Amino acid sequence: MSIRERLSGNEAIAYAMRQINPDVMGAFPITPSTEIPQIYSRYIADGKVDTEFVAVESEHSALSTCIGAEAAGARAVTATSSAGLAFMWELLHVAASSRLPITLACVCRALTGPININNDHSDAMNARDAGWIQIYAENNQEAYDNYLQAMPIAEHPEVRLPIMICQDGFITSHSVENIELLEDEKVKAFVGEYTPENYLLKHENPLAVGPYGVSAYYMEAKMAQAQAMVNAKQVILDVGRSYAELTGRYYGLFESYCMEDAEEAVVLIGSSAGTARVCVDQLRDAGRKVGMIKVRVYRPFPGEELAEALQNVRAVAVLDKCESYSTHGGPLGTELRSALYDAGLHPLLINYVYGLGGRDFAVTDCAAVFDALDKALETGSAKPIYRHLGQRGGDLRGV
Amino acid sequence: MAYNLKQEMNKPERFLGGHRLCAGCGCGITVRAVLRALDPEDKAVIANATGCLEVSSFMYPYTAWQDSYIHTAFENAAATCGGVEAAYRVLKRKGKIDDSYKFITFGGDGGTYDIGLQSLSGAMERGHDMVYVCYDNEAYMNTGIQRSSATPRFADSTTTPVGSVHQGKPQNKKDLTEIMVAHGIPYVAQTTFIGNFRDLHEKSRKAIYTPGAAFLNVLSPCPRGWRYPTEDIAAVVKAAVDSCVWPMFEVENGVYRLTYEPRHKLPVADYMRLQGRFAHCFKPGNEWMLEQAQQWVDEKWNALLEKCTNT
Amino acid sequence: MKQAKDIHESIRWQDMTPGCEIYEGGTSLLTRTGEWRVVTPQWLKDKCKQCLLCTPFCPDSAIPVRDSRRQDFDYDHCKGCGICAKVCPFSAIEFKEEV
Repeated sequence: MSIRERLSGNEAIAYAMRQINPDVMGAFPITPSTEIPQIYSRYIADGKVDTEFVAVESEHSALSTCIGAEAAGARAVTATSSAGLAFMWELLHVAASSRLPITLACVCRALTGPININNDHSDAMNARDAGWIQIYAENNQEAYDNYLQAMPIAEHPEVRLPIMICQDGFITSHSVENIELLEDEKVKAFVGEYTPENYLLKHENPLAVGPYGVSAYYMEAKMAQAQAMVNAKQVILDVGRSYAELTGRYYGLFESYCMEDAEEAVVLIGSSAGTARVCVDQLRDAGRKVGMIKVRVYRPFPGEELAEALQNVRAVAVLDKCESYSTHGGPLGTELRSALYDAGLHPLLINYVYGLGGRDFAVTDCAAVFDALDKALETGSAKPIYRHLGQRGGDLRGV
Repeated sequence: MAYNLKQEMNKPERFLGGHRLCAGCGCGITVRAVLRALDPEDKAVIANATGCLEVSSFMYPYTAWQDSYIHTAFENAAATCGGVEAAYRVLKRKGKIDDSYKFITFGGDGGTYDIGLQSLSGAMERGHDMVYVCYDNEAYMNTGIQRSSATPRFADSTTTPVGSVHQGKPQNKKDLTEIMVAHGIPYVAQTTFIGNFRDLHEKSRKAIYTPGAAFLNVLSPCPRGWRYPTEDIAAVVKAAVDSCVWPMFEVENGVYRLTYEPRHKLPVADYMRLQGRFAHCFKPGNEWMLEQAQQWVDEKWNALLEKCTNT
Repeated sequence: MKQAKDIHESIRWQDMTPGCEIYEGGTSLLTRTGEWRVVTPQWLKDKCKQCLLCTPFCPDSAIPVRDSRRQDFDYDHCKGCGICAKVCPFSAIEFKEEV
């Protein structure tokens, strides 16, 4: 029997960590992820886990510590947000290229300029090309479930990539909700032990990590890394199925809601899905054929699968909680547009940037998006194809 | 056991030939000497900051290291090593490994005095059981002799070039060894390779076998950057210690001890004259440079002597 | 386990080690940095007193020692820096131009 509890997203992650009891944690406080190392330190102080907690002097050293520990043969974890993740940037790439399956709990928060502690996805999205698997949660239950699946995915011999388990700062991390937890023994059995083939502290042979790679090897190294990310997709699905057998909760690459006969759809990531679901229900009640897709796995990007899910839709709004300053849209919008092109699909598509720095996304905002899709269908034009949502003063000029 | 070079040299080599450091590179000499202080039966993990040593000693697929080795980036070698050491502690505690390991980090002055100072400070403060060895060649040599905070005053570097207005680096060298002493770690020492390598060897042994964090600062000349004939390294290093430009001392649990006192203290100019990077200091009208260099070295030396007497 | 000797600039990406790891020590010996040399040391055995002062000064670990006695140079890896000749108290090492 599972355990019924009430936990915040941060508490859920810390709880999952306690159940896994990783070997090393390197972490540095930053709002809103601070609670994770804080709660975990309490577990250590009370002897509930025997993890080496390395209370480093920065996020940069937090990830460096994890890289050293993981290469040494230990299971290493960290947690961070915003500027902390940005400070890790260089090492994100090092962890991925060294093929070290570190688990990072990312509690998504806006990046500074101006400084802001609230949620958007600009931290995690800025790390999208660092070679990490990225899985996003809608709520605390998903944060917990995703975290328990992280290590079996990342440590799979065909993958060996670091993994970021993302949730929305404050909205998910600090909101207490009901949650179903697994018993400790079940978690231990599901996650298993970390058994790398080679590691720095291996008795039989030394290991050298992190060479200078001349041009004659660099492309091949990157190719192998890219292949690992391709391999990750199937592993994510397989691990998801095993997890479903254990818990009854199955998550694929994304969730489709009311998409069977939908003519209009919003595609988004994270906690806003709850709002969108309510909006879809209301509009369905009013007789409109609308649906929602919530992207769970962003790296590897499920382009073909998303295109297939959208094949009968006439108008799509892609919602990015992140500005990319490309003047062409946000990261999710750009990649989804590209996936539709390859599938030969040409729905009217508006890419919205929304919810930056904690700007609220209400049911009425979502309804306004569907109204804009209606209008696009009416006029046959999605222009401007790239818009912001919820700001005062109207659309960008010159787009 | 008294130091015996002939016995030490019988130990199996842990840093092998075929690395791509320049001919006559001081850091290759330093690395060999430090690793020789390990008991052959002890295993080691080497962490390394990006720099000359790293790009030269592990160019895929060729590692010069007999031991396990990890390089991640320029500014985080100490934190990386701390992570390895933390993993060792927990895996040992959980009974997953049996071997005895020592943890040694190498970084140049760029990776240590400058970009890696925060990471170093953090790792030392946390007290990881590791040794951080700085091979100080007094500039960013890997990128082509740019000044660092370890570059001595007046030195000609590619970012402090001698021109018609400016005359080399305007600032004095940062005293990193003192900064490390201020961390209150069990063992800090400054040394280099002279004579039969006894000083460097004994300090390396203490650093490696003292439980907790230890720091070694080892002057490791770069013939290219300092502009002296490659074969003259021993003379350059000897002049550095005999002029008291690079005093050799150790601080064990806060107690200072001078480990080498020159019989005849050489003028700093005798050290500077050996190196092209100071050539402009010997031009007519630049006598003040030699005077100021001497004055600074004297002040530092006297302050050190006082610490060695009073602690 | 893949060995360094089997990794070369014409292998396929599938044959690279993951993360460019290497599972042995001292594979640098496979490269011959002795080719960089422009002057070559000669060990004058009759003058050598086996004090070994030259040996720790070699940055390239190219003066092997066995039973506390130095052996001839490892010419595959000696880069000809000249330090050993300068530190020898007995002039037992001479440098000659490469021909």
